[in-house]
Amino acid sequence: MTSTSESARPPKGSRAESYGQAKALGSGAEHSVGTLLRIARMALGYRWRMLIAVGAVIVAAIFQLLIPQFLGNAVDNAQGLLAGVPGTEAEAQSALLVAAALLLGAAICRGLFTMVHNYIGEAIGHGIGYELRLAYYAKLQQLSFSFHDSVHTGDLITRGMLDVEGVRMFVDAGILRIILLVILITVGSYLLVSTDAALAAVSLSFVPFVAWRAVVARLKLRRIWLNLQERLGELTRIMEENLGGIRVVRAFAAQDYEISKFGDMSDKAFEFANERVTVRMRNTTVMSFAYFIAMGLVLWFGGLKVISGDITVGQLAEFLAFMAILQMPVRQIGMMVNSIARASISGGRLFEFLDLEPQIRNKPDAKNLQLTDGVLRFENVGFAFGDEFGVGNVLSGISFSARPGQTIGIVGPPGSGKSTIAHLIPRYYDVTSGRIMIDGQDIRDLTIESVRQAVGVVQQDTFLFTASIENNVAYGDPWADGDRIEFAAVGAQLHDHVRRLPTGYETLVGERGVSLSGGQRQRLSIARSVMLKPAIMVFDDSTAAIDAATEQRIRASIREVTKDQAVIIISHRLSSLMHANEILFLEEGRIVEHGSHDELIAQGGKYRDLYELQIKPGEDHGVMSDLAGQPDDDSAA
Amino acid sequence: MPIRPTQKSDQISRPRPPRAVVGSQVSRDEKIFAAAFDGHVIRRFVGFVRPYRRFLYIAVVAVIVFTLTQLTIPLILRFVIDNALVKEATNRDLLELAALAFGAMIFINYIANSIQQVTVGRVAERVLFDLRRAMYVHLQKVSLSFMDKTEVGRLMSRLQGDVNALQEFLETSVYAIGDIVLLSGITIVLVMLDWKLGLFTLSVVPTLLIVRIIWLPYARRAFLLARELASVVNGALAEGIHGVRTVQGMLREKVNFDLFDDKASESLRAHLRASKFAQVMVPIVDTLSGGAMAIVVIIGGNLVLGGELDLGIMVAFMFYIQRFFDPIRSLTIQYSIMQRAMASGQRIFEVLDVPVDIIDDANSIELKDIDGSIEFRNVTFGYLPDQPILHDISFRVNPGETVALVGPTGSGKTSITALAHRFYETWEGQILIGGHDVRDVTQDSLGRQVSMVLQEPFLFTGTIQENIRYRKAEATRQDIEAAAKAVGAHDFITKLPLGYESMLEQRGGNLSIGQRQLISFARAIVADSKILVLDEATANIDSYTEMQIQTALARLLEGRTGLVIAHRLATIRGADRIIVLQNGRIIETGTHPELMQHGGLYARLYSLNYASFDDIPDELVHVST
Repeated sequence: MTSTSESARPPKGSRAESYGQAKALGSGAEHSVGTLLRIARMALGYRWRMLIAVGAVIVAAIFQLLIPQFLGNAVDNAQGLLAGVPGTEAEAQSALLVAAALLLGAAICRGLFTMVHNYIGEAIGHGIGYELRLAYYAKLQQLSFSFHDSVHTGDLITRGMLDVEGVRMFVDAGILRIILLVILITVGSYLLVSTDAALAAVSLSFVPFVAWRAVVARLKLRRIWLNLQERLGELTRIMEENLGGIRVVRAFAAQDYEISKFGDMSDKAFEFANERVTVRMRNTTVMSFAYFIAMGLVLWFGGLKVISGDITVGQLAEFLAFMAILQMPVRQIGMMVNSIARASISGGRLFEFLDLEPQIRNKPDAKNLQLTDGVLRFENVGFAFGDEFGVGNVLSGISFSARPGQTIGIVGPPGSGKSTIAHLIPRYYDVTSGRIMIDGQDIRDLTIESVRQAVGVVQQDTFLFTASIENNVAYGDPWADGDRIEFAAVGAQLHDHVRRLPTGYETLVGERGVSLSGGQRQRLSIARSVMLKPAIMVFDDSTAAIDAATEQRIRASIREVTKDQAVIIISHRLSSLMHANEILFLEEGRIVEHGSHDELIAQGGKYRDLYELQIKPGEDHGVMSDLAGQPDDDSAA
Repeated sequence: MPIRPTQKSDQISRPRPPRAVVGSQVSRDEKIFAAAFDGHVIRRFVGFVRPYRRFLYIAVVAVIVFTLTQLTIPLILRFVIDNALVKEATNRDLLELAALAFGAMIFINYIANSIQQVTVGRVAERVLFDLRRAMYVHLQKVSLSFMDKTEVGRLMSRLQGDVNALQEFLETSVYAIGDIVLLSGITIVLVMLDWKLGLFTLSVVPTLLIVRIIWLPYARRAFLLARELASVVNGALAEGIHGVRTVQGMLREKVNFDLFDDKASESLRAHLRASKFAQVMVPIVDTLSGGAMAIVVIIGGNLVLGGELDLGIMVAFMFYIQRFFDPIRSLTIQYSIMQRAMASGQRIFEVLDVPVDIIDDANSIELKDIDGSIEFRNVTFGYLPDQPILHDISFRVNPGETVALVGPTGSGKTSITALAHRFYETWEGQILIGGHDVRDVTQDSLGRQVSMVLQEPFLFTGTIQENIRYRKAEATRQDIEAAAKAVGAHDFITKLPLGYESMLEQRGGNLSIGQRQLISFARAIVADSKILVLDEATANIDSYTEMQIQTALARLLEGRTGLVIAHRLATIRGADRIIVLQNGRIIETGTHPELMQHGGLYARLYSLNYASFDDIPDELVHVST
């Protein structure tokens, strides 16, 4: 299978930014009230719609409250008629008709206004979901490499999908429902109090209890949600890695091990899921119990009051009908509490992400790069990450320059900082000391876009997008015409292979497309950059999976394109960079030798040792034993 | 907060749309239009619920009790009004009795409610976790040919999204029972209280049914479309996350943002449409419930006037009507939940139904204490029907011997290593490991005898120690360190602040490829099996690391049988024997000097002085045949 993710490969042996960002993303659990307010503010951004919705909520609530009154009237009328209150048959009939018409009218109006506020509520919810998604996507693209190095892709996906959904559902189902409930209770209690204060107090006695339960439950559920979310995240990671690495799993017959790994985490997650269900369900049931108790009390006290003649039967019916109206919302309080708990966490996690400032960003007065000659200069450049995987300097005191038409080769053991140099040029990371200049301009003073336009980096790991080969080659300039794409593919020695595919350049690659070999992917990656003709080309170990002879042919064919470019070749294969005008030998982040191939050979240092190892024609005695006892990997990691 | 972060770039001024897309382009093969009721899916569900059936019985009983108490409440109210509060004839004792009865009723209601909610919720969670586990376990067994064809993202969306979609369904399905009981209960009570008024009142129900039947297909399509577009947006987001480095390196942010915006707004529109369909039912249901109430008032009122009906019954009717439309409403919601659940269920059971081609049977034997030989006898094999990759392959690797497989890309080397591990079944011929046909032994014991190192080192999130130990729980720290030392990984590991306890994040993304490769080697050493299969393991490694690898390899292969897909001449020359493959056939075999002397393809390729045989241009290979 093709890799599911661009392997997060920071400069070798190094990791993650941490300047002031020890953990790039937390749980977002802080400031829950602030989070909810912020969501509410977003909803208020839809001022007119919100206004209409709230208006519709109020009207719907009023009609809903009128229904019990009309019912009560109808009952009183009927009872009055029954009791033989003077009146004609016709009067009685018309009284009934009026009551019926009022009821029907109120029901229709309630329905219409409910529809309006429900729809607007959902529309605002979806609108906010849409906004958040776009903002999330945009932020994601802005945040620097160091951020992406330090965050698990699964975490980003969860935030972008589930957390956005959590916030949306809250807007949709939470905010307006709460308003509706508050209106129902306040207006309803006003109406009831004006009928009979004592009985009203009884019928509303459950409200404080329910409110208190809601608060308690919310706190509990928040904690459980947080824990559950974390476990489910772990579970996702385990599943993803298992499926991605299914061949390793099979190769080691580790299915049982993997199943138990999954099982353990699943059990942990289940515990919290169970707790969540229990708390939530207990909460709803106890709330509805409180409600029924209040209803029973209304029946009892109200009945006594009817007996004592304080209120009419119709008024009692009205009280009871009002309580019936509240039954649904009370049932929903549990759901609302759940949705608030979820929204405050999801919102927290989202806003935390959205509020991140990209570490690499344009200065306020950033200018576009003015390309004159296309000269790249490193001046005493130093770079450090500073977390557990890259304590100390990854690079220090790096100085060199490359002019158009020149090729600089960089070689050195793993972890010596070769790739870091490649990543500093297009400002994937910023230098921590010294500076990098293009045509005399410090790249940190320039706009990122203009710098990246001038610098093409061919990475070792090629990410294929689920799209045609054509689209993948034209990734950097989707408006490129077919000739340019083909030209680049020819240059990268990819064309012949593509031509042999049944659907040629239209062939789909990526996750579900045809799979390309490592070498083919790297060639595609080279074609991508070649097509853009940047002023400075950096090959970051980008031919590791391509054999030397093909590589030579690639170099020969793109020489035409690169003749006016400054080219930097990073490789561990000397044949890739022997021809460079200058070769830098890196060790532990420093240049320990530099010069042309001949000079370095003449010097007889480390470069020469490496040359002897790699290039000198292999004698037939066992190379394997030859290699035993060679200098150890001095990775600076 | 400025929520709209970037302006749409001016693609209108461009001559034509960009050659650019975000997210999956493959036509929608996920079936989303599921029938609301799918017998097969339901039956399978039942299978998962069966272990908890006792809880479910309890829950169903609780639901029925709960619903009955709900039904009783208006009856008590009616009783009070008709018997205790009759004008001029009020009866306080009766009232208090009724209030007591009410209290008892709501207490039972509370208990039943607690039992049903908690039981159902827990069983639902349990079933979800069981389903997810069953899928996961099943995926451990299905053939690799299935896994090769299926992208991880799609499986994940089934393991996650579809399982979660079922949660709602499982939690509400028992309420649906409650709702149905409530509906029929109310119907019965209404008819029993007064059949004439009852029938008049219920006359609104057919209208509702007709409206719903017309509405349903449209609404369903709208709902499902919205859901599908949402998953398209999510797919695009995931791709944006995975490929973010390339996006930034190639300055594709603006174009991608616009494309993403297009998808997101398409999804937004679909959701709004779905929402309209859902909401339009609200006033319809309300109108009908208002109509029913009006009927009660007019007809009931007349009946009361005519002395044919008690006032209390009329009040009870009013209450029942209000209660009547709630279950109808929630059943409507449950219906769409059910549709979604059926679609998700189909996808879940599709995964569970992927046939397991390779299974141990009762006769499978444990492979142990074998001599470590590998033998292919007339093996023919391919991935697609009618397209054999290997033709009649026969060879033997003797215990302790190292054999290098060489040949151009597509010659079938990788397939041979995969078959040695029984990742796939042969079409013809047989493969013997230690003299046993791989089909006769348990897969687990085969896996323990045959270790494999893949071309791309795949590590798991966890500490370095856990990664090296991997499946072998009994490996001690000494074993792990010894393995790391053997491959030369010990030094860089101990240089990390936390040493062997250092966490590898993102599958070891914080290490270089070479370092990851070394760790995957150490993992193979710890597994300590008789046979080692190396699949292009030395590609992609810088020469420093390669030196160590070569050294380690020599040590690793000592006393083991090795089948190595070799890239590097050093490895090839170091092998005891070389098998040269071309187009799925063995064309030469022998030691390096023998093959050189023979002057065939191997000698030709060798003399071309390529670092690897893999990428030799086809022209050159074909010239030689």
